[in-house]
Amino acid sequence: MTVITPLAAFARPRSLPRREALPHWRPGLGGAALHGEVFAPAGEGSGAALALALALDARQTGEERGWLWVQDARAIRLGGRPYQPGLPPALRHRLIHVATRTPEDALFALEEGLRCRDLAFVIGEIAGNPKALGFTAARRFSLAVERHGVPLWLVRLDAERALSSARQRWEARAAPSLPPRWNPAAPGAPAWQAELFRARAHPPGKWVLREKGRQLVHGPLSDRGEDTQAWLRSGLAEGGEGHPPVPRGPSAPLQATLAPAGASCAILSPIGERASA
Amino acid sequence: MPRRILSIWCANLAIDRWQLAEGQSPAPFALLAETAHGPRIAALNRAAREAGVRAGTMLADARALCPELAVAPGDPGGDRAFLERLTVWAQRWGPWSALDPPDGLLVDISGVAHLFGGERGLLDDAAERLAARGLSVRLAIASTAGAAWALSHYGADREDLNQLPVAALRLDPATLLVLHRLGLKRIGELSGVARDALARRFRSTRAPAANPLIRLDQLLGKVPEPLLPVIAGVVPLVQRRLMEPIRHRGLLDQVLGDLTADLARLLEGQAQGARRLELALWKVDGEVLTRKLELAAASRDAAHIARLFAGKLDDLDAGFGIELARLSAPWCEPLALSQADFEAAAEAHGTSLAACIDRLGARLGEAAIRRPQPLASHLPERAQRWVPPLEPERAAQGQLAFHARPLKLLDRAEPIAVLYASPDGLPRRFRWRGQVHEVARAEGPERIAPEWWRARGSTRLRDYYRIEDEQGRRYWIYRSGLADDGRGGVPEWYLQGLCA
Repeated sequence: MTVITPLAAFARPRSLPRREALPHWRPGLGGAALHGEVFAPAGEGSGAALALALALDARQTGEERGWLWVQDARAIRLGGRPYQPGLPPALRHRLIHVATRTPEDALFALEEGLRCRDLAFVIGEIAGNPKALGFTAARRFSLAVERHGVPLWLVRLDAERALSSARQRWEARAAPSLPPRWNPAAPGAPAWQAELFRARAHPPGKWVLREKGRQLVHGPLSDRGEDTQAWLRSGLAEGGEGHPPVPRGPSAPLQATLAPAGASCAILSPIGERASA
Repeated sequence: MPRRILSIWCANLAIDRWQLAEGQSPAPFALLAETAHGPRIAALNRAAREAGVRAGTMLADARALCPELAVAPGDPGGDRAFLERLTVWAQRWGPWSALDPPDGLLVDISGVAHLFGGERGLLDDAAERLAARGLSVRLAIASTAGAAWALSHYGADREDLNQLPVAALRLDPATLLVLHRLGLKRIGELSGVARDALARRFRSTRAPAANPLIRLDQLLGKVPEPLLPVIAGVVPLVQRRLMEPIRHRGLLDQVLGDLTADLARLLEGQAQGARRLELALWKVDGEVLTRKLELAAASRDAAHIARLFAGKLDDLDAGFGIELARLSAPWCEPLALSQADFEAAAEAHGTSLAACIDRLGARLGEAAIRRPQPLASHLPERAQRWVPPLEPERAAQGQLAFHARPLKLLDRAEPIAVLYASPDGLPRRFRWRGQVHEVARAEGPERIAPEWWRARGSTRLRDYYRIEDEQGRRYWIYRSGLADDGRGGVPEWYLQGLCA
């Protein structure tokens, strides 16, 4: 297996000016289809949203295939059904939704979806830790994903981190959004505290992920309309787990000239190394 | 369209065939059939008949009547094969033709007679062409197969079915004997007898050939009589001409593998499976080696067939080499695609979307698989409806551009307890599912009025708020009604959607 340095997970476009050059999180790490799990509380939409964002990020542009969203009855009761006007515009018209009564049926539907060559990706939402969703079922998913090349993002609502063979396992929670420029009192573009606690080709880490266009980026958006200072003050702009927080504060020259870019570059490293600002 | 059947009776088929092959001879001549009691006369020519010989007599008796009688063994199998070819050839007069063993055939000419200038012209054409082939035939056209058969065999000078003998009903000899003993000799006499009396007499026989009532009904067209059509088939055959004669077993196995793969593809295209296979190998020195194989069940598994043949090739003497290999399947049976193939293909290449939906629907029910479709309504729960997944998108003039909508919508909005600064103001704090959320940021209200053309008059309007709590969780909540709208008491609050 290729050894990937922590920073290789982020690509910073060199051509763009520095202010625009946000690090881009590439979950696929090479384009291969992925079996991922996202653990999330059932009382918020962050799990499904992060799964969608991860799937959308790995998707190629111009993709015309449909996608599948499988939910079991308990997940529907706790978190509701997908709502088309609120879905990302690129995905809005290609959703096929499967509502199953039992988790076993949901696992069956997920596996059938993985075998279908006409699906771009599959999202599953299963509440709790049903007995059927053990290591064997997870292993079946991993093999089917690798065999047929259809990515699977399985959202686990209110679940414990049981044994699984998923290639990436995330823990997602909602994070305060950046205040929009024109109405700072309103909720802004969504952000998630995402902890990658187990991954095959990447060291674990903790980030605040947000969507920019079709891509997942890390840290605040530095372009217009988003208040980076508020973001920094919110206390979320911290580095990787267990590492000293990013130095911030009244270092005036830095803030005056490079504050947004510098902040975002510093935050990106999951192991606390500061990228050169 | 009325059904019209042409019956062709080759009255002297075996002798006609013999004469076609050996030439006409004026001398008495007969064909023999071997029986347990010695040779019997099976067929005979006109000279022999004039000498007093009859079909069915023992050869010794016939020789006593006509000592100069020349004989030859008959060939019933060849006659049958000839009749089959003739039946296919007779499809020039109609799209369907059926065998009428041992020496007749039936052609369905419904609606085609005008192509030959009417039925008279069709009969003339058939008589001319069959005579040109050296066959002595008798022809008749009628509305049912039974009537056509009766007229062709017994209607040489009569057109009235009632006047025909009961033998024209295609009955077996035992039944004919019974009818003769009853004194019923003509078809018309059968209808003179009370029908239930005849039915009682023959109630135990279900076979049409033993029950004159069934035959009579078939003759009159009261019960249907399906014709089993003869369809010309082509024996699936594949062959390989080899550039260099091969002398070694390994190369032969390679050729055999190619042949079986070709044959399997050919059979698959015809939805057939082979029961009998013949492999013929032409050697350079002018000999042909053949190997035959029969399968217990129809199969087109190339590897299986090649493995079975490989066991039969061990004693093969290639001599100077084999230059041509041919594999044919003279006996095939219908063999549809099996489910196992489907599974294997799905395992290897994935399923199509339609197949995937079929598989899901078979286990989960059709209602479990749905696709959201926008609907022109401002009410959030009505703005999308669920349709079957492969239904085409409905034509719409345009979609409503909503400001911001949640990612997921609860099936039923859940009531929440809200603390607010003023009855019409922003919420400050709310309790949902036993948990208290402090509202950190809010946007609203977005007022959505009830659809007065659908809802009752007392339905309250909704003020929607997009809120974010202190932990960043984003929700979509609404207040149902206003404090002083006169449509109920204190407005209630609901949580309807979870935002991304």
